[in-house]
Amino acid sequence: MQPLLRDACLDTLFMVWWSTVWAVVGGIPLGLLLVLTDRGALLQNVVVNKVIGVIVNLGRSLPFIILLVWLIPFSRLIVGTSIGPSAAVVALVIGAVPFFARLVETAIREVDHGLIEAAQSMGGGTFTVIFKVLLPQALPSLIAGLTTTVIALLGYSAMAGAVGGGGLGNLAITYGYMRHETGLMNVTIVLLIAIVTIVQLAGDLAARRLTRRTGRQAQAVGLRRLWAPAVPRPRTAPEAAEPTKAA
Amino acid sequence: MITTTGLTKVYRSGGREVTALDGVDLHVREGEVYGVVGQSGAGKSTLIRCVNLLERPSSGTVTVAGQDLTALAGRGPRAGAELRRARSRIGMVFQHFNLLSSRTVQSNIELPLEILGVSGKERERKALELLDLVGLADKAKAYPAQLSGGQKQRVGIARALAGDPKVLLSDESTSALDPETTRSILQLLRDLNQQLGLTVLLITHEMEVVKTICDSAALMKGGRVVESGTVSEILATPGSELAAELFPVGGEASGPDRTVVDVTFHGEAATQPVISQLSRTYNIDISILGAAMDTVAGKQVGRMRIELPGRFEENVVPIGFLREQGLQVDVADTKTPAPADALLKEGAK
Repeated sequence: MQPLLRDACLDTLFMVWWSTVWAVVGGIPLGLLLVLTDRGALLQNVVVNKVIGVIVNLGRSLPFIILLVWLIPFSRLIVGTSIGPSAAVVALVIGAVPFFARLVETAIREVDHGLIEAAQSMGGGTFTVIFKVLLPQALPSLIAGLTTTVIALLGYSAMAGAVGGGGLGNLAITYGYMRHETGLMNVTIVLLIAIVTIVQLAGDLAARRLTRRTGRQAQAVGLRRLWAPAVPRPRTAPEAAEPTKAA
Repeated sequence: MITTTGLTKVYRSGGREVTALDGVDLHVREGEVYGVVGQSGAGKSTLIRCVNLLERPSSGTVTVAGQDLTALAGRGPRAGAELRRARSRIGMVFQHFNLLSSRTVQSNIELPLEILGVSGKERERKALELLDLVGLADKAKAYPAQLSGGQKQRVGIARALAGDPKVLLSDESTSALDPETTRSILQLLRDLNQQLGLTVLLITHEMEVVKTICDSAALMKGGRVVESGTVSEILATPGSELAAELFPVGGEASGPDRTVVDVTFHGEAATQPVISQLSRTYNIDISILGAAMDTVAGKQVGRMRIELPGRFEENVVPIGFLREQGLQVDVADTKTPAPADALLKEGAK
C-alpha cells in the first residue's frame, strides 16, 4: 500500500506542478493581451481581442473529462504518448491556461488607470507599463488567482485516471471505490485535503505579505476564506486617514 | 514655453460627438505659473492631457519648449520613441498622486529614471536628492500607503522632477488635499518655480490656488478659453468674470435711486483712503456692501462694492473722481446682469 500511495502522490504532484508552470507561462500573456488589446487600451486590436476571448471561453466551457479524452491525439503529438501523467499534463494545461488567463485579466484590470497614465507621462512605453506597472501592481491578485488555479488543477488531476495518468484521484477510484478499500480512500482524501491546505496557506501568506506592504487588498478568491483569517488592514500613517479617503 | 494653437478635441461615442476642447489658444511664458480655472466639464483636464499628448487632440498643435509635439505623435494610441523622450522632459503631477503602491517612495521616484535608462547608483543619488528637496528625506524606504495625502503629493512632485523637466503640468494636484496641506504644496510649487526656473501649468477649480501662486490665469467654459492674461491684467479688465470670481463681492442695492459701483484697488491706490476722500469731497454718504482684500502674485489687491445715493447720471462726477485716483470702477447692474456679460466679452478682447 505504501509504494502505491507514494507513487500516486508523486504522480499528482508531477501533474499539478507542470500544469501550473505552463498555466503561468500561457495564462499571463493571454490575460495581459485580453486587457491590452481591448478597446481604448495600449495595443488596441479588436480582432486579436475577440479571437483570444473566444478561445478562452471555449477552453473554459468544455467539461474537463471531455477535454481530456478529446485531446488524446493532440497529446500524442506533443509529448509522444497518449497515456500516463505526461499526457494528462497536456490536457491539464489546455484546461488551466484559459482559467488562469481570466483570473489574470481580472487582476490586471483592477490596476488603477491613473498609474498607466503616470508611467506614460514619464515617457514610458508599453514595455514599461506591463513590467513596471501592471504586473507588479497586480501581483497580490495574481498570486491569489494562481492559488485558485493550483487547487482547481488538483481537482482536475483526479480525472487523469481516464488516460492512465495515475495520481491520488485515480487511486481513490480504482482501489478505494472499485475494490472497496475504504481505508485507502480515506487516506487519499486526507492527503488531498493536506495538499490543498498547504497550497492555500502558502498562497495566502505570499499574497498577504505583499498586501501588507503595499496596503492593497488582494481579492479573496474561492476557498481561501475557509482557512485563512481575514487580510489585516494595511498600516497607514494616522494623519493619512482623511486625505486618502477623499482621494 | 507652452503654446497651443486651435487645439480641438472631439470625443465620439456611439453616434454622439462631444466637443471637449473647442479651438484653445494658450500661451504660457517661460518661468511663469499659469493657472487654468473652470468648472468640471469645462475641458481643463482634457487640455492638460493634450499638452503632453496623453490625449491626442483632434486638431491643432501643441508646442512645448520649442518642440512641436503634435508632429511627433504618429498614428494610433501608442507613443513613438520621440514623443516618449519629449514626455520625459515634461513633469506631471496628478490629483490622486498615482504612486505605485508596490514600490517604496524612493523606488517610485526612480521609476522615471529607470525609463530614461539611468544607472542604479545615479538613480539612488538623484532620488535621495529630490526627496530632500521636497522635505521627505526620512521617508525613502516607506511605502506610499504609510504616507499622508500631502506627503504622497510631495513624492509625486519629486517623481515629476526626476527627469529634470523644464515644464511641470499639475492636474488638480491639490484638489484631494485639505486647505492647510494645499497651502504647503502650493508653497512647494512656488519655491520650485523660483529656484529651478520651472514653468508650471496647472489646472484647478479652486480660485484660492490662482490667488496664491499664479502669475497668469485663464478661464475655461464649455471647451473654450473665455478670458486669459496675467493676474494683474485680469484684475484691471473692466467687468472681468475671472476677477469677480477671484474677488467675489456681494451685496444688492438697498433701494431704487441708488448706484452700485465695484471698485478694484491695486498697488499704490490700495493704501490710499480714497473712499473717505470721496465722501468728504462730494459730501455724500457711501455704504460699503461688500469688500475683499488679498495679496495676489505678491501685490496687494482689493475689491469693494459700494453704494452711492442717486442714479448713475447723478454720480458721474464722483465716479470720475474715483477713476482719477487710479482705481478701476465698474458700475454694477445688480438687477439685470446681461450688460455685464457684454462688457466681459469686450474686456476679454
